[in-house]
Amino acid sequence: MRHLLDTESLSRDNAIQILDTAQEMSAVGEREVKKLPALRGRTVVNLFFEDSTRTRISFEAAAKRLSADVINFSAKGSSVSKGESLKDTAQTLEAMSADAVVIRHWASGAPARLATSGWIDAAVINAGDGTHAHPTQALLDAFTMRAHWSQLAGTPSVGGDLAGMRVVIAGDVLHSRVARSNVWLLRTLGAHVTLVAPPTLLPVGVGHWPCEVSYDLDATLDAGVDAIMMLRVQAERMDASFFPSTREYARRWGFDDARLARLDELKLKDTIIMHPGPMNRGLEISSSAADSARSTVLPQVRNGVSVRMAALYLLLSGEMREQATPAPSNAKDNS
Amino acid sequence: MTAASYLIRGASLLGTAAGDLLVRGGIIAAAGENLGPDVVGDATVIDAAGLVALPGLVDLHTHLREPGREDSETVETGTRAAALGGFTAVHAMANSSPVADTAGVVEQVYTLGRESGWVDVRPVGAVTVGLAGKQLAELGAMADSRARVRVFSDDGICVSDPVMMRRALEYVKAFDGVIAQHAQEPRLTEGAQMNEGKVSAVLGLAGWPAVAEESIIARDVLLAQHVGSRLHVCHVSTAGSVEIIRWAKERGINVTAEVTPHHLLLTEELVRSWNPVYKVNPPLRADADVHALRAALADGTIDIVGTDHAPHPSEAKECEWAAAAMGMTGLETALSVVQETMVETGLMSWADVARVTSTAPAAIGQLADQGRPLEVGEPANLVLVDPAARWNVDPAAMATKGRNSPFAGMELPGRVVATFFHGHPTVLDGKLNTPFIHGGN
Ligand SMILES: [Zn+2]
Repeated sequence: MRHLLDTESLSRDNAIQILDTAQEMSAVGEREVKKLPALRGRTVVNLFFEDSTRTRISFEAAAKRLSADVINFSAKGSSVSKGESLKDTAQTLEAMSADAVVIRHWASGAPARLATSGWIDAAVINAGDGTHAHPTQALLDAFTMRAHWSQLAGTPSVGGDLAGMRVVIAGDVLHSRVARSNVWLLRTLGAHVTLVAPPTLLPVGVGHWPCEVSYDLDATLDAGVDAIMMLRVQAERMDASFFPSTREYARRWGFDDARLARLDELKLKDTIIMHPGPMNRGLEISSSAADSARSTVLPQVRNGVSVRMAALYLLLSGEMREQATPAPSNAKDNS
Repeated sequence: MTAASYLIRGASLLGTAAGDLLVRGGIIAAAGENLGPDVVGDATVIDAAGLVALPGLVDLHTHLREPGREDSETVETGTRAAALGGFTAVHAMANSSPVADTAGVVEQVYTLGRESGWVDVRPVGAVTVGLAGKQLAELGAMADSRARVRVFSDDGICVSDPVMMRRALEYVKAFDGVIAQHAQEPRLTEGAQMNEGKVSAVLGLAGWPAVAEESIIARDVLLAQHVGSRLHVCHVSTAGSVEIIRWAKERGINVTAEVTPHHLLLTEELVRSWNPVYKVNPPLRADADVHALRAALADGTIDIVGTDHAPHPSEAKECEWAAAAMGMTGLETALSVVQETMVETGLMSWADVARVTSTAPAAIGQLADQGRPLEVGEPANLVLVDPAARWNVDPAAMATKGRNSPFAGMELPGRVVATFFHGHPTVLDGKLNTPFIHGGN
């Protein structure tokens, strides 16, 4: 496996290998000298076609802790605004002998395009593309869930998965690369996923996904849940009539104080509340929920660095196990 | 210089009985079995044993890009590609730059076609000025021009305003024109990147729902019925559209419909490759749609195959999916794809192929000397195809400037061996020969 592009094609073996390696990496973060010489002399380029200081800093910290040289390349502008083309940028990076390209892009599929175009030889890590995928976010979420799940079970997390864990992902699924990556990865790791959203914010075709779908957050919570992940909802979606008002959204689909209290009533004392950030407090999540003891928002950020260290290390060291990647289906159909 | 004559010896006429055709003076001068030397004279003999003779193909939907986008295609390169594909006439869509919305522009395109001499080039006139959907273009002036435009379309853009569409349908009755609609409800397809469904859900690409096509077709057939006019639906791509058109035809509404070769063969699954060569408008659909389109073409619900040949420079496809241009080349692969999807599957005979690729499109475009029977006295616009040949599609070897063939790397059946245009071989031995010179040769 040379690239990390999505989670749909990520095997269980590879996913667990990344999580286990991340576990080792997290120990580095707790040392006084937070640095390993593993990638000394290697060059990692953070290629960002879309602003995301949080993700860029996380990848930068990960690469630096592995002693890699880091180049931040901000290629703003779309084809519409006649920015630099992906191809030209890729060839520039190739000329700079980049070993890995961490790419964030506004267009779904741009990292896959970069990886398969022949424009560049580097390993490609998808740091979020359009509304398609955000695999390291899903891996850090899974890492966070696995730590919690194994602790509850009293088993070591290394080598473990999420078998039997009930995960609810609520919010703007339609526009969420986080949801798309989590659904596939969590399924691969054995969790049971339920998506909760207004019908307008679920993609047509979601019925084919390996998860349940509900429009009713309360009924879903009442059925029992071990982790709740709230997705960011942009208030501007209201202008395109995805929902009538932010008030109505928060009432029906937000994780508010009443729902936080409901978890206690349901005796769900170990249920965690997750959010990929940045949060819209008062919209998809209330402040008291975000700041409660159940919240894993800050551990998620911390784990992000470990997971990204693991991904960089495994891809660049060649220690990522080969997996049978499903070939892009050639749909020529003669039947 | 006396016009050369050709004896096509032993071709299977429309895929049935073998016979000879003598091409002389621009027409089929004689036909029959084993024509004798008294009839044949000094004609050049073409051994056509095993070849199928069809009337020259007529494309109702070609983007020749000239004027304005000569980096994508010119009338010269596009019509060379057409001749190689077995065509003897193409309709040049109006979305050039400037738009073909005046008599001046359509006459320019018409003249370029005459000068090139590879096929008849029949300009399509824009329905609205600048394809902007705001003001009716001078349809009558284009109809009366030397280009004698009869097909009008804002293709690339839908005439979405129902009043504008109604007026256009009504107005062209004055000169027996037809409005060819690119059926795409614009609000339902803002930012659309691919078919909306199972695959778009996974890929996170904005969806182009089938209903955006079907709702416009439903509206337009009712408008055509209401004003008693003629509607042509471009590139039908969904099973639902087929049902609506079938319903309209049963009610006697004057509607014709077109399907592209790529919608007969390819599905949205290809988008998973993220290769923008598969990006097209309307988008590749699901397997069930492909099968519904084939069935509709076979049963006559869909009347014709139109290529929607849409060449683009390579930079328009060497980029992110969302930034890529929509469109595929198709002139040089159309007949092979029709053979693959309709003949090899047993859905159609070669006579049916002649109907959907030549006779019917010529009738819609009102081209009197195209799409004619292979009979004595008829204009010698015809193509010889070797149905037993198989070939690998290599876009770099094509005559079109566009390298954006979605069939690249596929093996397809059927090879165009010769194309006769006004009795002159524009293609011989599968290679370009020389163009027809109007008033010359
Ligand atoms: Zn069109």
